[in-house]
Amino acid sequence: MALETVRKAIPLSTNHAIANAVKDLDVDVISAYPITPQTTVVEKISEFIAKGELDAEYIHVESEHSALSAAISASLAGARAFTATASQGFALMHEMLHIASGLRAPLVMSVAMRSLSAPISIWNDQSDLFNARDSGWIILFAHTAQEAYDTIIQAYKIAEDQNILLPVMVGYDGYVMSHTIEPVITESKEKVIKFAPKKQYPYKLDPDKPVSIGAITPPEYYYEFKYQQVVAVNNSLPTIEKVDEEFGKAFGRSYGLMECYMCEDADALIMTNASYASTLKAFLPDIRKEGIKVGLLRVRLYRPFPLQKFIEYTSDKKTLLVIDRAISYGAPFQGPLANEISGAIVREGLNLNLISVIAGIGQRTVEYEDFLALARLAYEGKKHKETIFYGVRE
Amino acid sequence: MENLVSFKEMAPGGIVVNPGNSLEYKTGDWKVLIPVINQETCTRCRICWYVCPDNAILELDKEYTTKKNRKYKISYDVSSDFCKGCGMCAQECPVKAIEMVPVEVA
Amino acid sequence: MSETKKVLRIKSLYDLPREELFISGHGLCPGCTAGTIMRMLTKVTGKDTIVVNATGCVEVSTTRYPYSNWLVPWLHSAFENSGASASGIVAAIKAMKRKGIMDKNRDVKVVVVAGDGGTVDIGLQSLSGMLERKDPVMYVLYDNEAYMNTGIQRSGSTPHGAWTTTTPAGKVWRGEWRDKKDIAGIAAAHHIPYVATANPAYPMDMINKFARGLEVLNEGPSFIQVLMACTTGWRFDPALGITISRLATETGIFPIYEIDHGNFKVTFPIAKRKPVKEYLKLQGRFAHLTDNEINEIQEMVDKKVETINKMAGKIVIGPVA
Repeated sequence: MALETVRKAIPLSTNHAIANAVKDLDVDVISAYPITPQTTVVEKISEFIAKGELDAEYIHVESEHSALSAAISASLAGARAFTATASQGFALMHEMLHIASGLRAPLVMSVAMRSLSAPISIWNDQSDLFNARDSGWIILFAHTAQEAYDTIIQAYKIAEDQNILLPVMVGYDGYVMSHTIEPVITESKEKVIKFAPKKQYPYKLDPDKPVSIGAITPPEYYYEFKYQQVVAVNNSLPTIEKVDEEFGKAFGRSYGLMECYMCEDADALIMTNASYASTLKAFLPDIRKEGIKVGLLRVRLYRPFPLQKFIEYTSDKKTLLVIDRAISYGAPFQGPLANEISGAIVREGLNLNLISVIAGIGQRTVEYEDFLALARLAYEGKKHKETIFYGVRE
Repeated sequence: MENLVSFKEMAPGGIVVNPGNSLEYKTGDWKVLIPVINQETCTRCRICWYVCPDNAILELDKEYTTKKNRKYKISYDVSSDFCKGCGMCAQECPVKAIEMVPVEVA
Repeated sequence: MSETKKVLRIKSLYDLPREELFISGHGLCPGCTAGTIMRMLTKVTGKDTIVVNATGCVEVSTTRYPYSNWLVPWLHSAFENSGASASGIVAAIKAMKRKGIMDKNRDVKVVVVAGDGGTVDIGLQSLSGMLERKDPVMYVLYDNEAYMNTGIQRSGSTPHGAWTTTTPAGKVWRGEWRDKKDIAGIAAAHHIPYVATANPAYPMDMINKFARGLEVLNEGPSFIQVLMACTTGWRFDPALGITISRLATETGIFPIYEIDHGNFKVTFPIAKRKPVKEYLKLQGRFAHLTDNEINEIQEMVDKKVETINKMAGKIVIGPVA
């Protein structure tokens, strides 16, 4: 990082970076319930409020289900609302995830991805978030603390866009990212609000113009409301791209919908997200030195899936090794991302050898040698029909 | 039956942007009995109006003078569009001024 | 400093405004006393109210898309989260007023309307959280003593001996064998400014309790449990809703009281109680009870009345006539 940039950056964990984003966005209502490993997000936010650095209402809810319920109703009342969760809490609020997207609540939630019970594990994998991939939310992954800070800001601009009006979740790896310190450049509140001015839910709860939100819909209508969501999610893609470009213009940092790192000259790519992507970025130069010419395809926007970008980056590649951090038990490929990519490959008639790998379940450590082995697998380009459960003691 | 429109013409998320349109859903055809209010014996106590779950007892600014020359500024009528015929009004009327009669007779 | 508008209090039914905010065209059963309760509640709260409604009879019957009969802003999100949803709206209003996004002088009240299922059972956690946080919300529980909307299944609020579809009466089971959960007591244990039980058969009392519940909102939440006689679930002639509600209080089964800043007061003292048989015999859900079982219920009510009188410090509910 250039010295100038280093001087501007402050050391923050991803959790604290997110808390800072919430502060700089002048969020109005935060509903908070503690759960490892997101807890320091809401702790930091409460510190900001206590010190007078953020003017917001903080609801100390009594469960995550209530956390999301309160955030939904607050956003439907016209406030900018936020909550954070992980794992069991995320699973507990599952009903409300669908309700948030169904009611088109423009709120943002950060998910410090953590494995799901049982057995209970506080360590990182992505089983919690991938379990909710069909919840109708816009889903983005951050791979650095800086990106988490930036993406939360972009998320509000996306969610509150009056043509989108969908809740946005930003996923990142618990512990590995949530609790590790990275240099983060934070922006001034004025610049952030100028970039993402508050836009209220257009049919907000207001006695001056009464509406009834949450009616029961018979078969003649339900399908159309769900189709509205389909259209909204799909149509949000160009806006999400534009918001990221505008962010780049305003703050000098942008990430795109999908990132292709060191992949122009490679025939084989490894597709992954979040901390594995940032780790692989650090390892790739050494992996290349060993003669293994692979590149990294980093998933940033997950829902809606940026299919065009995916085709663009993979159309001339031979092998794609997908690392999933969640298990889809009994599915044709037992990793959810791999399953979806295989659908994309068939749909577009791509000539791509898909290797499905599961790794890092329950934060099982994956070190340089392991990434090297996976890279070699991709580079060799053999066919592997069965999902590879990398690192399990069989 | 309502006009079933395209998803584009519906407000997002299943919300009702014009509440109060329930007046189009006339529940009056549920009833078998309808209350008949005797304006002579009615003391305008408002109990039937209070009790009715469906706002089907209408309080009208209609003057009425009884045969015994008692003058009332208001009268009560029944909204046949919405009365479901439950009979709570007749049951609670303290002077038994309401009689539930079959709809065909009324 | 915004002046809290004076809340409507009535001395007689004539003080009630004619304007309806809960209008005709809903799908509640004929003779559903919830209609009466909601009409009166919205007359007291007035236009400047946001209603949070839990899933249940009232919610489903009043907002069947595309119709809604609520002329106030209304939100239903889920079954068990009314307390949390109300807290979210209250927080939004506070924050928006402070930041100038909303006019500081607007006095918007947040009221929860929920049934016994969504309050006493599945909604208990979020209710407790809201009360403990002292969020300024008036929580109105319309208690029809079962999960009526899904077809009369027992809830924690179902009284002893009642038939429901999940506690039917036969040789082995004789209806519900457990007692009605004391939800007003649970709410009172949160030490909120105002807790009350109310009954639509006592209009002035019920309406003024709604008013009191709103008046205390600048200090904290209020909780009002309203008995809601259900013609379909309790199995009685639709005309008898108010009559049976009245009997519930006259027999001492549903005493109406209030706990105002910790002061307990029975707001409708009964000099001589009617025997419970008069209340039970009118309802099909108690039709299976033998004379012995009715006597058991009478003894249970006698005990409860004793407790009430002890709390009041004097005989406010008298002996059986």
